[in-house]
Amino acid sequence: MAETRKITCMVNGTERSLEVETRLTLADMLRRELGLTGTHMGCEHGVCGACTVLVDGRSARACLMLAVQADGAAVDTVEGLAPREDALHPLQEAFRDHHGLQCGFCTPGMLMTLKELLADNPDPSEDEVRMAISGNLCRCTGYQGIVDAALDAAARLREDAG
Amino acid sequence: MKPPPFSYHAPDTIEDAVSLLGSLENAKLLAGGQSLMPMLNMRYAQPDHLIDLNRVAALAFIREEAGGIEIGAMTRQREVEYSKDVARLCPLLAEALPQVGHRQTRNRGTVGGSLAHSDGAAEIPTVAAALDARLTITGPGGAREVAYRDFPVGYLMTALGWDELLVAVHLAAWAPGHGWAFQEFARRHGDFAIVSAAALIERDAAGIVTRAALALGGMGAAPVRAEAAEAALIGRPGSEETIRAAADTCRSIEAQDDVHAPAAYRQKLAGVLACRALARAAQRAQASRVR
Repeated sequence: MAETRKITCMVNGTERSLEVETRLTLADMLRRELGLTGTHMGCEHGVCGACTVLVDGRSARACLMLAVQADGAAVDTVEGLAPREDALHPLQEAFRDHHGLQCGFCTPGMLMTLKELLADNPDPSEDEVRMAISGNLCRCTGYQGIVDAALDAAARLREDAG
Repeated sequence: MKPPPFSYHAPDTIEDAVSLLGSLENAKLLAGGQSLMPMLNMRYAQPDHLIDLNRVAALAFIREEAGGIEIGAMTRQREVEYSKDVARLCPLLAEALPQVGHRQTRNRGTVGGSLAHSDGAAEIPTVAAALDARLTITGPGGAREVAYRDFPVGYLMTALGWDELLVAVHLAAWAPGHGWAFQEFARRHGDFAIVSAAALIERDAAGIVTRAALALGGMGAAPVRAEAAEAALIGRPGSEETIRAAADTCRSIEAQDDVHAPAAYRQKLAGVLACRALARAAQRAQASRVR
């Protein structure tokens, strides 16, 4: 019998309690147990960044964490990014406006990585944006649209905050 | 991809972790998980027991100690990257940190995990080699100290016994006003270096190099100290000419061939990166001497 453990964590602001196999990764917990399929699985060994989520506000590769390690933590996924069902987060709006995505596979990981970057550094340089997303692979855009979107989103967020 | 089934243990003290490690068959310690989790997902590692150290609070700290700094094995790489104490006492480590993996991996990855995993191209081991780090290790027989030069013993192998865990790393601070530099070449920012160079230099009032350390990562199973280059600098002025001659000795250091680069390419890179790192370190040492 597979070993299981009962865990409780805050997922996108909602408390979730569930029993998980101890070998289950956080990425599989989000997708399979909670149905949050916005977190994508690319390489499943920590190279592509598609599964990036925030754990206690810090970006992490969800394929390199066990679900049991999230016990007591706050996990934020792309599903929690938009403020309302009929509105997008400024990062999402900027991605749409700047063609920051084509197929969309890397997008959730990009968005969550950039959400952390802009929280830490509201006015990053282009180099800082490129360095921040160096752990997220995109095979469509050539990154330029993503970088443009990140810089524009940073400006929009500064304006909203100002 | 799924890790193989294992029994999961999450001790919250060092004593409990050591006791579990000593009593369980085929157990593996889980630190930040940025190397072990991929190995589990791909089933390269198949432990029967996984001992998660992430809840052992006593292993996560950065503190100033006599003559340097002590960093707990479970301290996240991110904490080291942003630590003012590290920047002040061990600026070489602070400069290397942003090149350790990516933002997402530094948020989870630990200093001890990198040292114990012991990848010969990893930045933290290369800095440990340059700084002659000392490691505190503990096991059922109590604690012991190991010099970093005696720590790696082969490809991904260290002096850690099967029943021992790494507790902390001690880094001695160089004299105030010393120069430092970390340089690496990787195909993508955040990848393991093909070759990296970590340099430290102290100069006297006349500009003569009085102390030098140069470690190279990526050359083989463990970082190497470029002793010939160090010897070529000490007692000489830190001029461009001396530095170039010292760096050139790195081209004859033995290097590995692998899928990323042939040995000859690594040796050429070693000379180039050593030259850049030594020049930057010498320049910084000079600048601080004048101040």
